[in-house]
Amino acid sequence: MSEHSKKNLIQMKNVDKYFGEFQALKNINLEVQRKERIVICGPSGSGKSTLIRCLNRLEKHNKGQVYIDGKELTDQIKDINAVRREVGMVFQSFNLFPHMTVVKNLMVAQQLVRKISKADAKQSAMHFLERVKIPEQANKYPIQLSGGQQQRVAIARALCMKPKIMLFDEPTSALDPEMINEVLEVMVDLANDGMTMICVTHEMGFARSVADRIIFMDLGEIVEESKPSEFFDNPKNERTKNFLQQILTH
Amino acid sequence: MIVDYTLIAESLPVMLKGIGITFQLLFISGFLGLILAIFLLLMRLSGKWYLSFPAQVYIYIFRGTPILVQIFIIYYGLPQFGFIRSSIFWPILREPMGCAIVALSLNTGAYVSEILRGGVLAVGKGLIEAGSALGMSAYQKFVYITAPIATRIALPAYSNDVISLLKSTALASTITIADMTGIARTIVANTYAPYEIFISLAIVYLIFTFILQKSFGYLEQYLGRYTKREE
Repeated sequence: MSEHSKKNLIQMKNVDKYFGEFQALKNINLEVQRKERIVICGPSGSGKSTLIRCLNRLEKHNKGQVYIDGKELTDQIKDINAVRREVGMVFQSFNLFPHMTVVKNLMVAQQLVRKISKADAKQSAMHFLERVKIPEQANKYPIQLSGGQQQRVAIARALCMKPKIMLFDEPTSALDPEMINEVLEVMVDLANDGMTMICVTHEMGFARSVADRIIFMDLGEIVEESKPSEFFDNPKNERTKNFLQQILTH
Repeated sequence: MIVDYTLIAESLPVMLKGIGITFQLLFISGFLGLILAIFLLLMRLSGKWYLSFPAQVYIYIFRGTPILVQIFIIYYGLPQFGFIRSSIFWPILREPMGCAIVALSLNTGAYVSEILRGGVLAVGKGLIEAGSALGMSAYQKFVYITAPIATRIALPAYSNDVISLLKSTALASTITIADMTGIARTIVANTYAPYEIFISLAIVYLIFTFILQKSFGYLEQYLGRYTKREE
């Protein structure tokens, strides 16, 4: 392991990913330090989701190296679940367990994976439900909640595992417009608390105000990587300019 | 045709003495078949060809041949082999009841494993990924996420199979077993009154089917309680 990879919480080196013949990621190099907040944007099919899914090995990369907190993710890795425990993920479609109440959704992995007692798991679950401002929904089933509430539960569920890194895969894309803000507020709150975050999102307001760095991807490559002010006011790459024009004109 | 109500009134209680046997066939075979089905399912889901392939062959054979033929093969065919007569299974296979239970279990197991597989395949991929992302092991994901959801999804088709098994138990009467159908056949042989006897027998089966249907209906509602928006 190089000196470099120790300092970074996340490091990707020359990562390629193929789906059959199709190359989804091309030579990705990315370093994320502790407490850094990264926003990844780009047109659909550009490889944004694939990139962050390689970070908890929901997708296996085909070439290059991925390090999480100094541990390399490979086929030989003994306990991928030990790494996954440190990396929280929030999905576009929430993916709450439909057969469990909200509080059980938050407790199950704590008890099974972190081997925490039922009482402690419940206490921690209620703590995080309060943090996302829906403790009163604890005993409902996910289907009885609005989309925004479900996504906040999903964020709380990931936080219960006390992760070092939070990955967000288009967390507001499946939401009705009036519910987007309640989810973004929770994410801003989390960012202010110093969580290391990588967010794939089209919420440019969020990107501008929260991100330390914005990464623009197209066709499986990182095309541009810069601070928000630079990214929005002075984009260098032609493809970035086109993309920003398309999403900011309306 | 004149219906002989006295005959019905006299034979019904006699036929109902076979309920015990019919229920034994249904519940024991249903239980053993379910366990077999879970094994076959796990073999098929293992992703290992040397487990999956035998399970597929087994399912193909038992779904592809009539249950009556399977009962005959086990009852008349197996005792032909010396090694079966000297095996530990002989005390079971020597008895018609044992043969019937074995045949019904083997048959229903093949069907039920496919029903369960349908349920497992219908569980959303995203839920399994959520489990992975939380660091749950393959075993934990199966037991806490896949199995409970798959059970709910598979239940309507499974209840169908249990009802079908209830009716298949009647075939046990062909190998001398005195279940309700077996007793009815004996009465018909003595009274030459097939209509009265078999129609009242059919009604008895209908009543039990109704009870099974209702019970599964309640179970479905209970297991599906989290799929309804209102409380």
